[in-house]
Amino acid sequence: MIPIIGLAVGVVLGLLLAPSVPLGLQPYLPIAVVAALDAVFGGIRARFDGIFDAKVFVVSFVSNVVVAALIVFLGDQLGVGAQLSTAVVVVLGIRIFGNAAAIRRHLFRA
Amino acid sequence: MSTGQGPTPQPPPEDGAPAEDGVPVEAAPPEDAAPALDASVPRRRGRDPLAAVLIGVLTMLLGFAFAVQVRSTDTEESLAGAREEDLIRILDDLTAQQERLSQEIFDQRTALDQLGSSGSDSAAALQEARERTEALEILNGTVAAQGPGITITIRDPEQGITSSVLLNAIQELRGAGAETMQVDEVRIGVTSAVTGRPGDLQVDGEDLKAPYVFQVIGSPQDMATAMSIPGGVVSSVGRKGGTVDIVQSEQVVVDALRPLDAPQYAEPDDGD
Repeated sequence: MIPIIGLAVGVVLGLLLAPSVPLGLQPYLPIAVVAALDAVFGGIRARFDGIFDAKVFVVSFVSNVVVAALIVFLGDQLGVGAQLSTAVVVVLGIRIFGNAAAIRRHLFRA
Repeated sequence: MSTGQGPTPQPPPEDGAPAEDGVPVEAAPPEDAAPALDASVPRRRGRDPLAAVLIGVLTMLLGFAFAVQVRSTDTEESLAGAREEDLIRILDDLTAQQERLSQEIFDQRTALDQLGSSGSDSAAALQEARERTEALEILNGTVAAQGPGITITIRDPEQGITSSVLLNAIQELRGAGAETMQVDEVRIGVTSAVTGRPGDLQVDGEDLKAPYVFQVIGSPQDMATAMSIPGGVVSSVGRKGGTVDIVQSEQVVVDALRPLDAPQYAEPDDGD
């Protein structure tokens, strides 16, 4: 319940405040969002598996975001930022798919 | 990531602190960590207020970032944060698009110029076409015509005038510049034929009755002269026992019409 409320409040705040993304953050924000989405899906899956742990969720959330941003940042320093951010998105996308499939099996038994 | 802290719900502050410190090094998604947590799962179900707050804050941050990112992707602001290579690609795309568009403008402008010039030409062309149509209609005999010309009356009391004599007369008149003519009530066109026996002549299948009256539009003097030359129409009719009256007039009306037969095989050639 808390995550859903938090998500809703965050979306509403973002829409209401409508801040512009700082220039330095702009390449990293979408990656960070995707990484956080991956953590959230992993959390939902763990919840269905009955092994959800708040600490693990928090740690994985933050670490996902930071590592994803770090990879892209390193890529930018090396001149392969675009490719690396694509790689990160692909990997995270695959994981989100996998988690979504697990969630689906729990929900629909199929 | 120490599962040792799991069973003890009392020290929540340490729960959050090591997590943030350990983040960049050992990033572990929930399912990776699942086996290690097996022992702690049952008692962990109880609500941990700090964890709940953290989860709430993190998901709120996610929602916030999501909304902000979606908004900034919607607006063109996203260009400001784009990478150099992305910007170069975007610039290339735009340049190519601009080239395409300016080529299109050039084409359209050329077409516009052509249309504009042909617009002013078309009035003159239409006028010319109309004049040509009138000339052809008169030549074909599909409209009535009037103008200076002559009326020729060929009497044939002995019924000796043959088709060739009439045909000769028509050829002579044409040679003398006749523009259009009719014999009795039959308009002479480019395909007109004179047939039949003396006394029972036909032009284009229509019976003629003596005297044969030619209404001819053209230069009266030229045609009158052409009729009267030695060996011409007047003398040949005379040899057959007939007479020719030629009346020059400023106003001859040729009002017999010919049906226009559509060509069955020939088609206009658009080549020129």
